[in-house]
Amino acid sequence: MNLTEFFAMSGYGAYIWSCYGLTAAVLIFMAWRARSELRAEIVRAQRRVQVAEQRE
Amino acid sequence: MQSDSAAMRSDTPSSSMSVATAGVGPARTGLMRITSLVIVRDVKLAVRHLDQVLQPLVFFAIVVTLFPLAISPVIDELRKISAGVVWVAAMLASLIALESLFRADVEDGTMEQWVLSGQPLSLLLFSKTITHWLLAGLPLVIAAPIIGTGLGIPVSVWPVLMGTLAIGTGSLSILGAIGAALTVSLRRGSALLALLVLPLEIPVLIFGARVVDLAMHGEPVTGPLNLLAAMLLLFLSLGPLAMAAAMRISVES
Amino acid sequence: MTSNTESEVTAAPRSGSRWLWFHKLSSPPYAFRTAGNLRPWFFWPSLILMAFALYGGLILAPPDYQQKDAFRIIYVHVPSAILSLQVYVVMAVAAAVGLIWRMKLAHALAAAVAPLGAWFTFLCLATGSIYGKPMWGTWWEWEPRLTSELIMLFLYLGFMALRNSFDDLQRADRAAAVLAIVGVVNVPIVKFSVQWWNSLHQGPTFSKLDAPSMTASMAWPWGLMMLAFVLYFAAVTCDRLRSEILRRERNASWLAESLRSR
Repeated sequence: MNLTEFFAMSGYGAYIWSCYGLTAAVLIFMAWRARSELRAEIVRAQRRVQVAEQRE
Repeated sequence: MQSDSAAMRSDTPSSSMSVATAGVGPARTGLMRITSLVIVRDVKLAVRHLDQVLQPLVFFAIVVTLFPLAISPVIDELRKISAGVVWVAAMLASLIALESLFRADVEDGTMEQWVLSGQPLSLLLFSKTITHWLLAGLPLVIAAPIIGTGLGIPVSVWPVLMGTLAIGTGSLSILGAIGAALTVSLRRGSALLALLVLPLEIPVLIFGARVVDLAMHGEPVTGPLNLLAAMLLLFLSLGPLAMAAAMRISVES
Repeated sequence: MTSNTESEVTAAPRSGSRWLWFHKLSSPPYAFRTAGNLRPWFFWPSLILMAFALYGGLILAPPDYQQKDAFRIIYVHVPSAILSLQVYVVMAVAAAVGLIWRMKLAHALAAAVAPLGAWFTFLCLATGSIYGKPMWGTWWEWEPRLTSELIMLFLYLGFMALRNSFDDLQRADRAAAVLAIVGVVNVPIVKFSVQWWNSLHQGPTFSKLDAPSMTASMAWPWGLMMLAFVLYFAAVTCDRLRSEILRRERNASWLAESLRSR
């Protein structure tokens, strides 16, 4: 089976690859979003701690 | 006894509240008494605004009317979808009345009293749910045969139609009350209420519509009807607890 | 605010070390650290497993007699479907634990996994629809799995919408928890009624979106992919949980320590 056949997937290529592509996109987005949210929350928390410490 | 009837005649919520908590003798008023007090007080309050009571009914009629206009005036075609249309319209009409179920009491502080009163909150809220059913469910049950005729539902099906709707709208009221308790403290909770409650009501819709459909084809309805009744029993037993939990969360400050 | 931490289940452990693990687990700083440590152990193995599953599913497994290559979509469709349900259960159980035992961490977990479950539900619907086009000829059919997944999506969206409507995080957690419990009780009823409704009208011969009867070479990539999805979900949950913990721990002193040691 060569590369062209692989991508064509006996005619169902568009369906299969859009499914896998969509899945990959959603999974990547999930992980990326969680990571960036966490980083933002950590920054926010650090600021809060700083403010609290300054008050003391 | 005299002070009780005087309090019941007055219509401010707090006075009937004190009736409920004051009790006839020892600290705990009888549960049946509480239930009836709440129902009577709510019905009396509602009857003063009769137009508001009729709103769900009119809404029901309007929604049903939309379908012939949207699809076709041919009765034979409408008959095929009539069971479903009546049920969907009933679900939506039930929602209309839910928005005001708890709101007035929460806003004037009565609900806080109820939460603190030491009386079982689930029973108090369930009593209000019964009122909702009496004022928004029962009218639908009675009106459905007449309105359903417009969709081609034959008279022979009327008993089944009314019976199914009676059971089903009970479930709808309970599920709706849970949603109403969850959203009562939110500023624009009505759209959210629909979003929360309608998916939960889908099984009621499926079985209820199916019963009416079967009846229209002259087939036995016991299977789905039993399921509908079983669901009502389930919601009756667990619903008030969920309502009370939700209300406590909504009302606490 | 600090009084909340007192009522947390981080007080002195009860008799013996039997409950120690539970108390440790329910302590936010411990959970924060542990989630951070565990994440790479979930994430990288999941990617490796996915690679193997993809190789097995896309290349090694032979085309099906009837569906030709189209069946390969199940390798992403079915894990999404299963996870969308499992995550709801996790969410509801966590919410119930949070409500009954007043454990902020449990509420944090419920909040953490909700959007993930919603994404898996969306994926299941989207891949199911795409799968359906060549199979049935239409982009949508009211078949049991897709219909109940659609209802699940509404339940997830309702949960997240209710949570977002409250300004106070604690009230949001608790109200959403009640909804999640009511929802999870209804899920079996919904699934049963949808299955029943569908079988009435379509009949048993209607082909659902299921794989053809699987040979061994078809099956193992599926198992691997399922495991990979679960690990991936666990990895993302670690990050989400840590975010939700931070959102709920405003003035706790452990924050300073933990963040410094990052």
